Amino acid sequence: MSAIMREKITRSEIRHVAKLARLELQEEEERLMTDQMNNILSYMDKLNELDTSAVAPTTHAIRLQNVFRKDQVEPSLEREEVLANAPQSDGASFVVPKVF
Amino acid sequence: MEYEPIIGLEVHAQLLTRSKIFCGCSTTFGALPNTHTCPVCLGMPGSLPVLNENVVEFTIRMALATHCQIAAISQFARKNYFYPDLPKGYQISQYELPLAEKGWVEIETQRGPQRIRINRIHMEEDAGKLIHDEFQPVSHVDFNRTGVPLIEIVSEPDLRTPEDAASYLKMLRETLRYLEICDGNMEEGSMRCDANISLRPVGTERLGTKTELKNMNSFRNVQRALEFEIRRQRALLEKGETIIQETRLWDTGRNTTVSMRGKEEAHDYRYFPDPDLVAIVIDEQWIERVRGSLPELPDAKRERFMRDYELPPYDAQVLTSSKALADYFEAAVQRFAQPKLVSNWIMSELLRELKKDEKDIEGCQVTPQQLAELLELIDKDIISGKIAKSVFQEMYTTGRSAAGIIDDQGLKQVKDESAIESVIDEVLAENNKEVELFRGGKEKLFGFFVGQVMKKTKGKANPKLVNEILRKKL
Repeated sequence: MSAIMREKITRSEIRHVAKLARLELQEEEERLMTDQMNNILSYMDKLNELDTSAVAPTTHAIRLQNVFRKDQVEPSLEREEVLANAPQSDGASFVVPKVF
Repeated sequence: MEYEPIIGLEVHAQLLTRSKIFCGCSTTFGALPNTHTCPVCLGMPGSLPVLNENVVEFTIRMALATHCQIAAISQFARKNYFYPDLPKGYQISQYELPLAEKGWVEIETQRGPQRIRINRIHMEEDAGKLIHDEFQPVSHVDFNRTGVPLIEIVSEPDLRTPEDAASYLKMLRETLRYLEICDGNMEEGSMRCDANISLRPVGTERLGTKTELKNMNSFRNVQRALEFEIRRQRALLEKGETIIQETRLWDTGRNTTVSMRGKEEAHDYRYFPDPDLVAIVIDEQWIERVRGSLPELPDAKRERFMRDYELPPYDAQVLTSSKALADYFEAAVQRFAQPKLVSNWIMSELLRELKKDEKDIEGCQVTPQQLAELLELIDKDIISGKIAKSVFQEMYTTGRSAAGIIDDQGLKQVKDESAIESVIDEVLAENNKEVELFRGGKEKLFGFFVGQVMKKTKGKANPKLVNEILRKKL
Protein backbone atom coordinates (compact mmCIF):
# COMPACT_ATOMS: atom_id res chain seq x y z
CA MET A 1 0.00 0.00 0.00
CA SER A 2 1.32 3.37 -0.93
CA ALA A 3 2.32 5.52 1.97
CA ILE A 4 0.71 8.65 0.56
CA MET A 5 -2.78 7.15 0.61
CA ARG A 6 -4.39 7.78 3.95
CA GLU A 7 -5.54 4.57 5.57
CA LYS A 8 -9.33 4.29 5.53
CA ILE A 9 -9.42 0.97 7.26
CA THR A 10 -6.80 -0.52 9.53
CA ARG A 11 -5.45 -4.05 9.82
CA SER A 12 -7.12 -4.45 13.17
CA GLU A 13 -10.48 -3.37 11.77
CA ILE A 14 -10.06 -5.96 9.02
CA ARG A 15 -9.39 -8.56 11.70
CA HIS A 16 -12.50 -7.50 13.58
CA VAL A 17 -14.74 -7.63 10.50
CA ALA A 18 -13.27 -11.01 9.53
CA LYS A 19 -14.02 -12.34 12.97
CA LEU A 20 -17.63 -11.13 12.80
CA ALA A 21 -17.94 -12.82 9.39
CA ARG A 22 -16.40 -16.02 10.81
CA LEU A 23 -13.48 -15.78 8.36
CA GLU A 24 -10.03 -17.00 9.24
CA LEU A 25 -7.51 -14.91 7.37
CA GLN A 26 -3.82 -15.71 6.95
CA GLU A 27 -1.31 -12.87 7.46
CA GLU A 28 -0.93 -12.46 3.74
CA GLU A 29 -4.70 -12.42 3.19
CA GLU A 30 -5.14 -9.82 5.90
CA ARG A 31 -2.65 -7.56 4.14
CA LEU A 32 -4.33 -8.15 0.77
CA MET A 33 -7.81 -7.43 2.18
CA THR A 34 -6.64 -4.28 3.91
CA ASP A 35 -5.20 -2.98 0.64
CA GLN A 36 -8.25 -3.89 -1.41
CA MET A 37 -10.71 -2.46 1.09
CA ASN A 38 -8.72 0.76 1.25
CA ASN A 39 -8.83 0.98 -2.54
CA ILE A 40 -12.57 0.51 -2.56
CA LEU A 41 -13.09 3.08 0.18
CA SER A 42 -10.83 5.54 -1.62
CA TYR A 43 -12.98 5.18 -4.68
CA MET A 44 -15.88 6.39 -2.53
CA ASP A 45 -14.00 9.67 -2.26
CA LYS A 46 -14.19 9.93 -6.02
CA LEU A 47 -17.98 9.47 -5.83
CA ASN A 48 -18.15 12.03 -3.06
CA GLU A 49 -16.86 14.65 -5.47
CA LEU A 50 -20.33 14.70 -7.00
CA ASP A 51 -22.62 17.38 -5.62
CA THR A 52 -25.67 15.48 -4.34
CA SER A 53 -26.99 18.18 -2.03
CA ALA A 54 -30.17 18.45 -4.10
CA VAL A 55 -30.76 14.68 -4.27
CA ALA A 56 -32.75 12.86 -1.60
CA PRO A 57 -30.95 9.85 -0.10
CA THR A 58 -32.17 6.50 -1.38
CA THR A 59 -31.39 2.86 -0.75
CA HIS A 60 -32.42 1.69 -4.21
CA ALA A 61 -31.54 2.50 -7.78
CA ILE A 62 -35.06 1.65 -8.91
CA ARG A 63 -38.04 3.84 -8.19
CA LEU A 64 -40.29 1.25 -6.67
CA GLN A 65 -42.15 1.39 -3.39
CA ASN A 66 -44.89 -0.42 -1.47
CA VAL A 67 -44.52 -3.85 -2.97
CA PHE A 68 -46.78 -6.05 -0.89
CA ARG A 69 -48.31 -9.50 -0.91
CA LYS A 70 -51.76 -10.41 0.41
CA ASP A 71 -51.83 -12.19 3.75
CA GLN A 72 -52.56 -15.60 2.23
CA VAL A 73 -51.10 -18.95 3.12
CA GLU A 74 -49.30 -20.69 0.27
CA PRO A 75 -48.09 -24.29 0.31
CA SER A 76 -44.74 -24.79 2.03
CA LEU A 77 -42.03 -27.16 0.86
CA GLU A 78 -42.17 -30.87 1.62
CA ARG A 79 -39.99 -31.55 4.61
CA GLU A 80 -37.86 -34.02 2.68
CA GLU A 81 -36.98 -31.24 0.28
CA VAL A 82 -36.36 -28.80 3.13
CA LEU A 83 -33.83 -31.11 4.71
CA ALA A 84 -32.34 -32.43 1.44
CA ASN A 85 -29.31 -30.12 1.53
CA ALA A 86 -28.76 -30.24 5.27
CA PRO A 87 -25.27 -31.43 6.19
CA GLN A 88 -26.93 -33.24 9.08
CA SER A 89 -30.54 -33.84 10.04
CA ASP A 90 -32.65 -36.18 12.15
CA GLY A 91 -35.42 -36.42 9.57
CA ALA A 92 -37.44 -33.64 11.25
CA SER A 93 -34.96 -30.94 12.20
CA PHE A 94 -31.63 -29.60 11.03
CA VAL A 95 -28.89 -30.79 13.34
CA VAL A 96 -26.08 -28.35 14.11
CA PRO A 97 -23.16 -28.27 16.52
CA LYS A 98 -24.30 -27.03 19.89
CA VAL A 99 -23.83 -23.31 20.44
CA PHE A 100 -23.06 -22.27 24.05
CA MET B 1 -27.53 6.25 49.80
CA GLU B 2 -31.00 6.06 48.22
CA TYR B 3 -31.02 4.74 44.66
CA GLU B 4 -33.64 5.20 41.99
CA PRO B 5 -34.15 2.43 39.41
CA ILE B 6 -34.39 3.51 35.77
CA ILE B 7 -36.15 0.91 33.67
CA GLY B 8 -36.92 0.64 29.96
CA LEU B 9 -38.61 -2.30 28.24
CA GLU B 10 -38.29 -3.83 24.79
CA VAL B 11 -41.39 -5.82 23.99
CA HIS B 12 -41.72 -8.21 21.06
CA ALA B 13 -45.24 -9.07 19.96
CA GLN B 14 -46.07 -11.77 17.42
CA LEU B 15 -48.62 -10.49 14.95
CA LEU B 16 -51.73 -12.54 14.25
CA THR B 17 -51.31 -12.76 10.49
CA ARG B 18 -52.19 -15.95 8.67
CA SER B 19 -48.93 -16.09 6.72
CA LYS B 20 -45.35 -15.11 7.52
CA ILE B 21 -43.95 -11.62 7.04
CA PHE B 22 -42.06 -12.22 3.78
CA CYS B 23 -43.50 -15.49 2.39
CA GLY B 24 -46.74 -17.46 2.24
CA CYS B 25 -45.83 -20.08 4.86
CA SER B 26 -48.39 -20.55 7.61
CA THR B 27 -47.82 -18.99 11.03
CA THR B 28 -49.92 -21.62 12.85
CA PHE B 29 -48.29 -22.70 16.08
CA GLY B 30 -47.53 -26.33 16.87
CA ALA B 31 -46.93 -27.84 13.41
CA LEU B 32 -44.36 -30.61 12.92
CA PRO B 33 -40.82 -29.19 12.76
CA ASN B 34 -39.83 -27.57 9.46
CA THR B 35 -43.18 -28.17 7.72
CA HIS B 36 -43.92 -24.42 7.50
CA THR B 37 -40.83 -23.46 5.55
CA CYS B 38 -39.97 -22.47 2.00
CA PRO B 39 -36.94 -21.10 0.10
CA VAL B 40 -37.65 -17.54 1.37
CA CYS B 41 -37.79 -18.25 5.10
CA LEU B 42 -35.00 -20.82 4.80
CA GLY B 43 -32.83 -18.10 3.29
CA MET B 44 -31.99 -20.02 0.13
CA PRO B 45 -29.92 -18.15 -2.46
CA GLY B 46 -31.98 -16.45 -5.13
CA SER B 47 -35.20 -16.25 -3.14
CA LEU B 48 -36.76 -12.85 -2.60
CA PRO B 49 -38.84 -11.62 0.34
CA VAL B 50 -42.13 -9.77 -0.34
CA LEU B 51 -43.75 -7.90 2.53
CA ASN B 52 -47.11 -9.08 3.90
CA GLU B 53 -49.42 -6.04 3.75
CA ASN B 54 -51.24 -7.01 6.96
CA VAL B 55 -47.98 -6.67 8.89
CA VAL B 56 -47.87 -3.00 7.91
CA GLU B 57 -51.57 -2.57 8.62
CA PHE B 58 -51.30 -4.15 12.09
CA THR B 59 -48.21 -2.12 12.97
CA ILE B 60 -49.97 1.10 11.99
CA ARG B 61 -52.83 0.08 14.30
CA MET B 62 -50.49 -0.30 17.26
CA ALA B 63 -48.68 2.92 16.36
CA LEU B 64 -51.96 4.85 16.37
CA ALA B 65 -53.16 3.25 19.58
CA THR B 66 -49.93 4.34 21.30
CA HIS B 67 -49.96 7.90 19.90
CA CYS B 68 -46.87 7.38 17.74
CA GLN B 69 -45.81 9.40 14.72
CA ILE B 70 -45.90 7.23 11.63
CA ALA B 71 -42.97 7.60 9.27
CA ALA B 72 -43.86 8.74 5.76
CA ILE B 73 -41.03 6.52 4.50
CA SER B 74 -39.71 3.51 6.30
CA GLN B 75 -37.27 0.82 5.33
CA PHE B 76 -36.07 -2.64 6.31
CA ALA B 77 -32.47 -3.28 7.34
CA ARG B 78 -30.33 -6.34 7.81
CA LYS B 79 -29.10 -7.10 11.30
CA ASN B 80 -26.11 -9.35 10.85
CA TYR B 81 -25.12 -12.05 13.29
CA PHE B 82 -24.41 -15.74 13.28
CA TYR B 83 -26.62 -18.03 15.23
CA PRO B 84 -28.15 -21.30 14.03
CA ASP B 85 -31.73 -20.09 14.52
CA LEU B 86 -31.17 -17.64 11.68
CA PRO B 87 -30.69 -19.35 8.32
CA LYS B 88 -29.68 -16.24 6.36
CA GLY B 89 -26.99 -15.01 8.74
CA TYR B 90 -29.05 -11.86 9.24
CA GLN B 91 -32.43 -10.90 10.59
CA ILE B 92 -34.60 -8.58 8.54
CA SER B 93 -35.52 -5.77 10.90
CA GLN B 94 -35.80 -2.00 10.84
CA TYR B 95 -33.05 0.28 12.03
CA GLU B 96 -32.70 3.87 10.88
CA LEU B 97 -36.19 4.22 9.49
CA PRO B 98 -38.67 2.40 11.77
CA LEU B 99 -42.35 2.57 10.94
CA ALA B 100 -43.29 4.53 14.06
CA GLU B 101 -41.62 6.73 16.67
CA LYS B 102 -42.28 9.03 19.59
CA GLY B 103 -45.48 7.72 21.15
CA TRP B 104 -46.75 7.22 24.67
CA VAL B 105 -49.14 5.26 26.83
CA GLU B 106 -50.52 6.18 30.21
CA ILE B 107 -50.32 3.73 33.10
CA GLU B 108 -51.55 3.70 36.67
CA THR B 109 -48.80 3.76 39.30
CA GLN B 110 -48.60 4.30 43.03
CA ARG B 111 -47.54 7.87 42.23
CA GLY B 112 -50.70 8.39 40.18
CA PRO B 113 -51.10 8.14 36.39
CA GLN B 114 -47.79 8.33 34.51
CA ARG B 115 -47.11 8.82 30.84
CA ILE B 116 -44.56 6.31 29.52
CA ARG B 117 -42.95 7.44 26.29
CA ILE B 118 -42.44 5.00 23.46
CA ASN B 119 -39.21 5.45 21.55
CA ARG B 120 -40.12 3.40 18.49
CA ILE B 121 -42.15 0.55 17.04
CA HIS B 122 -40.61 -1.45 14.24
CA MET B 123 -41.36 -4.57 12.21
CA GLU B 124 -39.10 -7.59 12.00
CA GLU B 125 -39.03 -11.33 11.43
CA ASP B 126 -38.88 -13.89 14.22
CA ALA B 127 -36.05 -16.44 14.42
CA GLY B 128 -36.31 -20.23 14.50
CA LYS B 129 -36.35 -22.50 17.51
CA LEU B 130 -33.33 -24.40 18.80
CA ILE B 131 -33.67 -27.48 20.94
CA HIS B 132 -30.44 -28.44 22.62
CA ASP B 133 -29.85 -32.18 22.65
CA GLU B 134 -29.68 -33.69 26.11
CA PHE B 135 -27.14 -36.34 25.28
CA GLN B 136 -25.02 -35.08 22.40
CA PRO B 137 -23.31 -31.72 21.83
CA VAL B 138 -25.78 -30.80 19.08
CA SER B 139 -28.90 -28.68 18.64
CA HIS B 140 -32.01 -29.43 16.62
CA VAL B 141 -33.27 -26.52 14.53
CA ASP B 142 -36.91 -25.94 13.61
CA PHE B 143 -37.45 -23.05 11.19
CA ASN B 144 -41.27 -22.93 11.43
CA ARG B 145 -41.12 -19.75 13.50
CA THR B 146 -38.52 -18.15 11.24
CA GLY B 147 -40.22 -15.27 9.45
CA VAL B 148 -43.25 -15.05 11.72
CA PRO B 149 -43.97 -11.31 11.93
CA LEU B 150 -43.03 -9.41 15.07
CA ILE B 151 -43.27 -5.86 16.17
CA GLU B 152 -40.77 -4.54 18.65
CA ILE B 153 -42.04 -1.81 20.95
CA VAL B 154 -39.22 0.08 22.66
CA SER B 155 -40.03 2.30 25.62
CA GLU B 156 -38.02 5.26 26.87
CA PRO B 157 -36.43 4.67 30.30
CA ASP B 158 -39.48 6.17 32.02
CA LEU B 159 -40.35 3.30 34.35
CA ARG B 160 -39.26 3.63 37.96
CA THR B 161 -40.37 0.45 39.75
CA PRO B 162 -40.91 -3.22 38.90
CA GLU B 163 -44.65 -2.57 39.45
CA ASP B 164 -44.51 0.20 36.83
CA ALA B 165 -42.95 -2.28 34.42
CA ALA B 166 -45.67 -4.86 35.05
CA SER B 167 -48.40 -2.30 34.66
CA TYR B 168 -46.88 -0.95 31.43
CA LEU B 169 -46.64 -4.49 30.07
CA LYS B 170 -50.26 -5.19 30.97
CA MET B 171 -51.30 -1.99 29.23
CA LEU B 172 -49.45 -3.02 26.06
CA ARG B 173 -50.93 -6.50 26.21
CA GLU B 174 -54.42 -5.15 26.68
CA THR B 175 -53.97 -2.79 23.74
CA LEU B 176 -52.54 -5.49 21.44
CA ARG B 177 -55.45 -7.76 22.30
CA TYR B 178 -58.06 -5.02 21.83
CA LEU B 179 -56.56 -4.33 18.41
CA GLU B 180 -56.71 -8.08 17.68
CA ILE B 181 -53.15 -8.06 16.34
CA CYS B 182 -51.47 -10.27 18.98
CA ASP B 183 -52.83 -12.80 21.47
CA GLY B 184 -50.46 -11.48 24.16
CA ASN B 185 -49.61 -14.87 25.60
CA MET B 186 -46.28 -14.45 27.41
CA GLU B 187 -46.03 -18.08 28.54
CA GLU B 188 -46.24 -19.31 24.93
CA GLY B 189 -43.88 -16.61 23.71
CA SER B 190 -46.26 -14.62 21.52
CA MET B 191 -45.33 -11.64 23.68
CA ARG B 192 -41.74 -11.37 24.98
CA CYS B 193 -40.02 -8.78 27.06
CA ASP B 194 -36.42 -7.69 27.64
CA ALA B 195 -35.61 -5.05 30.23
CA ASN B 196 -32.86 -2.47 30.57
CA ILE B 197 -32.21 -1.41 34.12
CA SER B 198 -29.77 0.85 35.92
CA LEU B 199 -29.67 2.64 39.27
CA ARG B 200 -28.72 6.21 40.05
CA PRO B 201 -28.58 8.13 43.32
CA VAL B 202 -31.92 9.82 43.99
CA GLY B 203 -31.83 13.45 42.90
CA THR B 204 -29.12 12.99 40.25
CA GLU B 205 -29.61 13.17 36.50
CA ARG B 206 -26.80 11.09 35.03
CA LEU B 207 -27.78 7.51 34.16
CA GLY B 208 -25.84 4.64 35.72
CA THR B 209 -24.49 1.63 33.82
CA LYS B 210 -27.33 -0.60 32.74
CA THR B 211 -27.76 -4.32 32.39
CA GLU B 212 -30.10 -6.02 29.94
CA LEU B 213 -32.36 -8.74 31.31
CA LYS B 214 -33.71 -11.52 29.13
CA ASN B 215 -35.67 -14.73 29.43
CA MET B 216 -38.60 -13.53 31.52
CA ASN B 217 -41.65 -15.32 30.21
CA SER B 218 -44.41 -14.00 32.44
CA PHE B 219 -45.52 -10.74 34.02
CA ARG B 220 -44.59 -12.18 37.38
CA ASN B 221 -41.07 -13.06 36.20
CA VAL B 222 -40.48 -9.61 34.73
CA GLN B 223 -41.31 -8.11 38.10
CA ARG B 224 -39.24 -10.62 40.04
CA ALA B 225 -36.22 -10.32 37.75
CA LEU B 226 -36.28 -6.52 38.08
CA GLU B 227 -36.64 -6.74 41.85
CA PHE B 228 -33.67 -9.08 41.99
CA GLU B 229 -31.57 -6.94 39.68
CA ILE B 230 -32.29 -3.79 41.73
CA ARG B 231 -31.06 -5.58 44.86
CA ARG B 232 -27.99 -6.93 43.07
CA GLN B 233 -26.98 -3.58 41.59
CA ARG B 234 -27.65 -1.71 44.82
CA ALA B 235 -25.45 -4.13 46.79
CA LEU B 236 -22.60 -3.65 44.29
CA LEU B 237 -22.90 0.15 44.33
CA GLU B 238 -23.01 0.23 48.11
CA LYS B 239 -19.75 -1.73 48.21
CA GLY B 240 -18.25 0.84 45.84
CA GLU B 241 -18.02 -1.65 42.98
CA THR B 242 -18.94 -0.90 39.38
CA ILE B 243 -21.79 -2.39 37.37
CA ILE B 244 -20.68 -4.20 34.23
CA GLN B 245 -22.76 -3.49 31.14
CA GLU B 246 -23.89 -6.95 30.12
CA THR B 247 -26.81 -9.18 29.27
CA ARG B 248 -28.17 -11.29 32.10
CA LEU B 249 -30.63 -14.17 31.93
CA TRP B 250 -33.40 -14.62 34.45
CA ASP B 251 -33.28 -18.08 36.03
CA THR B 252 -36.79 -18.86 37.27
CA GLY B 253 -35.81 -21.97 39.19
CA ARG B 254 -33.13 -20.18 41.16
CA ASN B 255 -34.78 -16.74 41.35
CA THR B 256 -31.66 -14.99 40.16
CA THR B 257 -30.14 -13.34 37.09
CA VAL B 258 -27.08 -14.93 35.52
CA SER B 259 -24.49 -13.23 33.34
CA MET B 260 -24.28 -14.32 29.68
CA ARG B 261 -20.58 -14.33 29.08
CA GLY B 262 -18.61 -14.11 25.87
CA LYS B 263 -20.89 -11.87 23.85
CA GLU B 264 -18.39 -9.02 23.85
CA GLU B 265 -18.39 -8.59 20.10
CA ALA B 266 -21.85 -9.86 19.38
CA HIS B 267 -23.44 -6.42 19.48
CA ASP B 268 -21.71 -5.27 16.32
CA TYR B 269 -24.65 -5.99 14.03
CA ARG B 270 -23.42 -4.03 10.99
CA TYR B 271 -26.92 -2.92 10.02
CA PHE B 272 -27.47 -1.80 6.46
CA PRO B 273 -30.60 -1.23 4.34
CA ASP B 274 -31.94 -4.48 2.89
CA PRO B 275 -31.62 -4.18 -0.89
CA ASP B 276 -34.23 -6.95 -1.37
CA LEU B 277 -37.04 -4.85 0.08
CA VAL B 278 -38.28 -1.52 -1.22
CA ALA B 279 -39.33 1.44 0.90
CA ILE B 280 -42.73 1.57 2.57
CA VAL B 281 -44.48 4.84 1.89
CA ILE B 282 -47.46 5.58 4.09
CA ASP B 283 -49.64 8.57 3.27
CA GLU B 284 -52.27 10.39 5.35
CA GLN B 285 -55.06 8.57 3.55
CA TRP B 286 -53.75 5.19 4.60
CA ILE B 287 -53.28 6.34 8.19
CA GLU B 288 -56.79 7.79 8.34
CA ARG B 289 -58.30 4.63 6.91
CA VAL B 290 -56.63 2.55 9.63
CA ARG B 291 -57.62 5.10 12.29
CA GLY B 292 -61.21 4.77 11.15
CA SER B 293 -61.08 1.00 11.53
CA LEU B 294 -59.66 1.00 15.06
CA PRO B 295 -61.90 -0.59 17.69
CA GLU B 296 -62.79 1.27 20.85
CA LEU B 297 -59.64 1.23 23.00
CA PRO B 298 -59.48 0.47 26.74
CA ASP B 299 -59.43 4.12 27.89
CA ALA B 300 -62.41 5.13 25.79
CA LYS B 301 -64.34 2.03 26.79
CA ARG B 302 -63.66 2.69 30.46
CA GLU B 303 -65.06 6.18 30.17
CA ARG B 304 -68.11 5.02 28.25
CA PHE B 305 -68.84 2.35 30.90
CA MET B 306 -68.77 5.02 33.60
CA ARG B 307 -70.94 7.37 31.59
CA ASP B 308 -73.50 5.05 29.98
CA TYR B 309 -73.83 2.39 32.66
CA GLU B 310 -73.14 4.73 35.58
CA LEU B 311 -70.51 2.38 36.95
CA PRO B 312 -67.94 3.44 39.54
CA PRO B 313 -64.39 3.88 38.17
CA TYR B 314 -63.21 0.67 39.81
CA ASP B 315 -65.94 -1.43 38.15
CA ALA B 316 -65.24 0.18 34.79
CA GLN B 317 -61.53 -0.48 35.19
CA VAL B 318 -61.99 -4.18 36.01
CA LEU B 319 -64.63 -4.81 33.35
CA THR B 320 -62.58 -3.24 30.56
CA SER B 321 -59.36 -5.02 31.53
CA SER B 322 -59.96 -7.30 28.57
CA LYS B 323 -62.13 -6.89 25.52
CA ALA B 324 -63.69 -10.29 26.08
CA LEU B 325 -64.73 -9.40 29.62
CA ALA B 326 -66.15 -6.04 28.50
CA ASP B 327 -68.10 -7.79 25.74
CA TYR B 328 -69.38 -10.33 28.27
CA PHE B 329 -70.64 -7.56 30.54
CA GLU B 330 -72.35 -5.74 27.71
CA ALA B 331 -74.04 -8.89 26.43
CA ALA B 332 -75.38 -9.61 29.92
CA VAL B 333 -76.63 -6.03 30.39
CA GLN B 334 -78.40 -6.21 27.07
CA ARG B 335 -80.49 -9.02 28.50
CA PHE B 336 -80.81 -7.73 32.07
CA ALA B 337 -80.69 -3.98 32.23
CA GLN B 338 -79.31 -3.38 35.71
CA PRO B 339 -75.63 -2.68 34.99
CA LYS B 340 -74.43 -2.34 38.56
CA LEU B 341 -76.00 -5.64 39.57
CA VAL B 342 -74.45 -7.39 36.55
CA SER B 343 -71.12 -5.78 37.37
CA ASN B 344 -71.31 -6.94 41.01
CA TRP B 345 -71.95 -10.52 40.00
CA ILE B 346 -69.19 -10.55 37.39
CA MET B 347 -66.66 -8.93 39.70
CA SER B 348 -67.44 -11.07 42.74
CA GLU B 349 -68.82 -14.51 41.86
CA LEU B 350 -67.65 -14.92 38.28
CA LEU B 351 -64.13 -13.50 38.48
CA ARG B 352 -63.50 -15.26 41.78
CA GLU B 353 -64.26 -18.65 40.23
CA LEU B 354 -62.23 -17.89 37.11
CA LYS B 355 -59.29 -16.75 39.18
CA LYS B 356 -59.46 -19.93 41.25
CA ASP B 357 -59.30 -22.01 38.07
CA GLU B 358 -56.74 -19.68 36.45
CA LYS B 359 -59.09 -19.25 33.51
CA ASP B 360 -59.97 -16.31 31.29
CA ILE B 361 -63.51 -15.22 30.60
CA GLU B 362 -63.19 -16.99 27.23
CA GLY B 363 -63.04 -20.29 29.10
CA CYS B 364 -66.18 -19.60 31.14
CA GLN B 365 -69.04 -22.08 30.75
CA VAL B 366 -71.70 -19.62 31.90
CA THR B 367 -72.81 -17.49 28.95
CA PRO B 368 -73.69 -13.83 29.53
CA GLN B 369 -77.30 -14.71 28.67
CA GLN B 370 -77.33 -17.40 31.36
CA LEU B 371 -75.96 -14.99 33.94
CA ALA B 372 -78.62 -12.44 32.96
CA GLU B 373 -81.30 -15.12 33.36
CA LEU B 374 -80.11 -15.89 36.86
CA LEU B 375 -80.22 -12.22 37.83
CA GLU B 376 -83.70 -11.97 36.38
CA LEU B 377 -84.83 -14.82 38.61
CA ILE B 378 -83.53 -12.98 41.68
CA ASP B 379 -85.13 -9.78 40.49
CA LYS B 380 -88.51 -11.50 40.11
CA ASP B 381 -88.23 -13.01 43.60
CA ILE B 382 -88.22 -16.51 42.18
CA ILE B 383 -85.06 -17.34 44.11
CA SER B 384 -83.29 -15.54 46.91
CA GLY B 385 -79.90 -13.89 46.43
CA LYS B 386 -78.36 -16.44 48.73
CA ILE B 387 -79.68 -19.42 46.83
CA ALA B 388 -78.67 -17.73 43.60
CA LYS B 389 -75.05 -17.96 44.71
CA SER B 390 -75.22 -21.71 45.06
CA VAL B 391 -77.14 -21.96 41.77
CA PHE B 392 -74.34 -19.96 40.17
CA GLN B 393 -71.74 -22.40 41.50
CA GLU B 394 -73.66 -25.21 39.83
CA MET B 395 -73.97 -23.25 36.58
CA TYR B 396 -70.26 -22.51 36.62
CA THR B 397 -69.22 -26.13 37.00
CA THR B 398 -71.86 -27.73 34.74
CA GLY B 399 -72.69 -24.99 32.23
CA ARG B 400 -76.41 -25.67 32.82
CA SER B 401 -79.04 -22.93 32.91
CA ALA B 402 -80.30 -21.46 36.16
CA ALA B 403 -83.91 -22.42 35.48
CA GLY B 404 -82.97 -26.07 34.95
CA ILE B 405 -80.97 -26.26 38.16
CA ILE B 406 -83.70 -24.56 40.17
CA ASP B 407 -86.35 -26.95 38.84
CA ASP B 408 -84.24 -30.04 39.47
CA GLN B 409 -83.32 -29.13 42.98
CA GLY B 410 -86.67 -27.56 43.89
CA LEU B 411 -85.03 -24.29 44.84
CA LYS B 412 -87.86 -22.02 43.82
CA GLN B 413 -88.84 -19.54 46.47
CA VAL B 414 -91.95 -20.50 48.41
CA LYS B 415 -94.47 -17.70 48.01
CA ASP B 416 -97.50 -19.78 48.93
CA GLU B 417 -98.82 -18.07 52.09
CA SER B 418 -100.52 -21.12 53.51
CA ALA B 419 -97.37 -23.21 53.09
CA ILE B 420 -95.32 -20.60 54.89
CA GLU B 421 -97.99 -20.24 57.53
CA SER B 422 -97.89 -23.93 58.36
CA VAL B 423 -94.12 -23.88 58.70
CA ILE B 424 -94.41 -20.89 61.00
CA ASP B 425 -96.99 -22.68 63.10
CA GLU B 426 -94.61 -25.60 63.43
CA VAL B 427 -91.77 -23.35 64.49
CA LEU B 428 -93.86 -21.53 67.06
CA ALA B 429 -95.16 -24.80 68.48
CA GLU B 430 -91.65 -26.17 68.84
CA ASN B 431 -90.31 -23.07 70.58
CA ASN B 432 -92.83 -22.26 73.29
CA LYS B 433 -90.29 -20.78 75.60
CA GLU B 434 -88.97 -18.32 73.04
CA VAL B 435 -92.52 -17.31 72.09
CA GLU B 436 -93.25 -16.40 75.69
CA LEU B 437 -90.00 -14.47 76.05
CA PHE B 438 -90.76 -12.59 72.85
CA ARG B 439 -94.25 -11.70 73.95
CA GLY B 440 -92.75 -10.66 77.27
CA GLY B 441 -90.76 -7.97 75.43
CA LYS B 442 -87.63 -9.71 74.14
CA GLU B 443 -88.07 -8.29 70.64
CA LYS B 444 -84.63 -9.47 69.54
CA LEU B 445 -85.92 -13.01 69.28
CA PHE B 446 -87.77 -12.12 66.06
CA GLY B 447 -84.64 -12.88 64.08
CA PHE B 448 -84.42 -16.27 65.74
CA PHE B 449 -87.89 -17.22 64.46
CA VAL B 450 -87.07 -16.05 60.96
CA GLY B 451 -83.93 -18.15 61.06
CA GLN B 452 -85.84 -21.24 62.15
CA VAL B 453 -88.38 -20.82 59.34
CA MET B 454 -85.63 -20.40 56.79
CA LYS B 455 -83.88 -23.47 58.11
CA LYS B 456 -87.00 -25.56 57.76
CA THR B 457 -87.60 -24.32 54.22
CA LYS B 458 -83.92 -24.62 53.26
CA GLY B 459 -83.82 -20.90 52.63
CA LYS B 460 -86.58 -21.02 50.06
CA ALA B 461 -89.31 -19.11 51.89
CA ASN B 462 -89.89 -15.61 50.63
CA PRO B 463 -88.37 -13.47 53.40
CA LYS B 464 -90.94 -10.70 53.02
CA LEU B 465 -93.85 -13.07 53.51
CA VAL B 466 -92.13 -14.80 56.41
CA ASN B 467 -91.73 -11.44 58.15
CA GLU B 468 -95.33 -10.41 57.56
CA ILE B 469 -96.89 -13.67 58.70
CA LEU B 470 -94.61 -14.00 61.70
CA ARG B 471 -95.55 -10.50 62.88
CA LYS B 472 -99.21 -11.36 62.59
CA LYS B 473 -98.88 -14.66 64.44
CA LEU B 474 -96.78 -13.29 67.24
